[in-house]
Amino acid sequence: MANIQELQQAVSQVRRDIVRMVHANNSGHPGGSLGCTEYLVALYFEIMKHDSSFKMDGKGEDLFFLSNGHISPVFYSVLARSGYFDVAELATFRKIDSRLQGHPTTHEGLPGVRMASGSLGQGMSVAIGAAQTKKLNGDNRIVYSLHGDGELQEGQNWEAAMYASANKVDNLICAIDLNGQQIDGSTDEVLNMGSLEAKFTAFGFDVITEKEGNNMEKVLAILAEAKSRTGNGKPICILLHTEMGHGVDYMMGSHKWHGVAPNDEELANALAQNEETLGDY
Amino acid sequence: MKKYTYTETKDTRSGFGAGLVEAARKNPEVVGLCADLTGSLKMNAFADEFPERFFQVGISEANMMSMAAGMTIGGKIPFTGTFANFSTSRVYDQIRQSIAYSDKNVKICASHAGLTLGEDGATHQVLEDLGMMKMLPGMVVINPCDYNQTKAATMAIAEYVGPVYLRFGRPKMPVFTPADQDFKIGEAIMLNQGADVTILATGHLVWEAIEAGHILAEMGIDAEVINIHTIKPLDAEAILKSVEKTGCVVTAEEHQMNGGLGDSVAQLLALKNPTPLEMVAVNDTFGESGVPALLMEKYGLTRTDIVKSVEAVMKRK
Repeated sequence: MANIQELQQAVSQVRRDIVRMVHANNSGHPGGSLGCTEYLVALYFEIMKHDSSFKMDGKGEDLFFLSNGHISPVFYSVLARSGYFDVAELATFRKIDSRLQGHPTTHEGLPGVRMASGSLGQGMSVAIGAAQTKKLNGDNRIVYSLHGDGELQEGQNWEAAMYASANKVDNLICAIDLNGQQIDGSTDEVLNMGSLEAKFTAFGFDVITEKEGNNMEKVLAILAEAKSRTGNGKPICILLHTEMGHGVDYMMGSHKWHGVAPNDEELANALAQNEETLGDY
Repeated sequence: MKKYTYTETKDTRSGFGAGLVEAARKNPEVVGLCADLTGSLKMNAFADEFPERFFQVGISEANMMSMAAGMTIGGKIPFTGTFANFSTSRVYDQIRQSIAYSDKNVKICASHAGLTLGEDGATHQVLEDLGMMKMLPGMVVINPCDYNQTKAATMAIAEYVGPVYLRFGRPKMPVFTPADQDFKIGEAIMLNQGADVTILATGHLVWEAIEAGHILAEMGIDAEVINIHTIKPLDAEAILKSVEKTGCVVTAEEHQMNGGLGDSVAQLLALKNPTPLEMVAVNDTFGESGVPALLMEKYGLTRTDIVKSVEAVMKRK
């Protein structure tokens, strides 16, 4: 059991990894990655039962699926920092012959990744499938998934949501990264989705909201709450309010850093704001 | 020349339904998913015998494909069932990312392929599915010819580890292959040996090719007829060996010329042994409503069309 301070240290190091990875090849998605850092650190360092020796089948383990695959930097950093592969490999991100593809894939055999993602809207269905298999196998562990808010504009999510509630897939915790931003602007400007709470509730989910998705204590609490609600006949949805670019002041709250890398000066600035805690790769 | 006989006609989709039950009895990891077409896909027997392993997903094919991919994690072997059009073009990206690129052990089982779907018309008569599926790296593409072969293929793909597209159809066709056959993925089946021309047929056109062989024999043409039930991996060895002997080829399929069996054979021959080739296939057009037999005639997919193509290709030798 890690204490809050240890988790905060991991968060700081993961943020350094994210900006360094994206800077190193002048491509990647820092904004969403920084915003979801607390959530992924909480899952992998505290909440989930998982085995970094990695077996694809994941029997007896909690599983995580990243649906919004473009925030691969945070996923890769958290996987490496929790022992799935050597942190030195983070230096290969997006480079030729790397297992750390721009968007996560099983194809290159990177431990910790169970499904390719990048083309949006597929992860909830995948997570439902894995959750159904867990039930068939008598495996009472939980399946977690993470989705972007803009990603919910893909219709397949709502096919999946309908299925999950109709079939009482209650070993599933879907978190929505509510940062309110997408490539062309705010989600309200691009395609206003109205109340996601009302939508997920109407689709039969048990919906819980966390307004401070970048506050580690709050993230741990909402995940504990979500876990306590599993097994009650409803899939769980966490509406997780985060700030795109959190932890790097000039990136915060703007869609402009969705898919743009910092230059040398900006990198130095970002690193100065996030202490090296576990050792840079 | 071997004479193939049959005592009954059956639809290939029923072969799938029977094969699925057998596969499920043999392997407890086999599960079935269906998008509101359980009766049409002949999945009722499976659903009745294994209700806990049958997943009705409703009219949500995209969800079905990605769900099937997720179900493999933990060891299940998912068989998805819907019409061929909704098994391919409607869900191409889901298959590409979650199944093919993710190397998942999903069996995409597709009925009502091609013109023989009949009266429902072109919205449902997919004629591009083999092409779409064979283009995906790692995807195995199978198009068996009759009930028995479809049943055997269904059981065989449950044993094979990796993504598979299995295509079958609606009309009742002569059942002429053995009931107890051992289906070998990627291994062409020699139906009749001949010296003058090679006829490579797949799916419903295999029976037409056999019949064309008899017509050709009466015309004094000795045709070699081969059943290419697996479009990918293509049995290059069997095809090249036959072509070496006959020196010309006709392909026959219920699919677009672009992307189908003929296209695969043309590529093989161009690279390995350039040989005159004619294709019996749909030529860059959509289908339409009608009785299957009349549609096959109108779009040039009958034994008569195979015979004409043989005459044409032999002149080019």
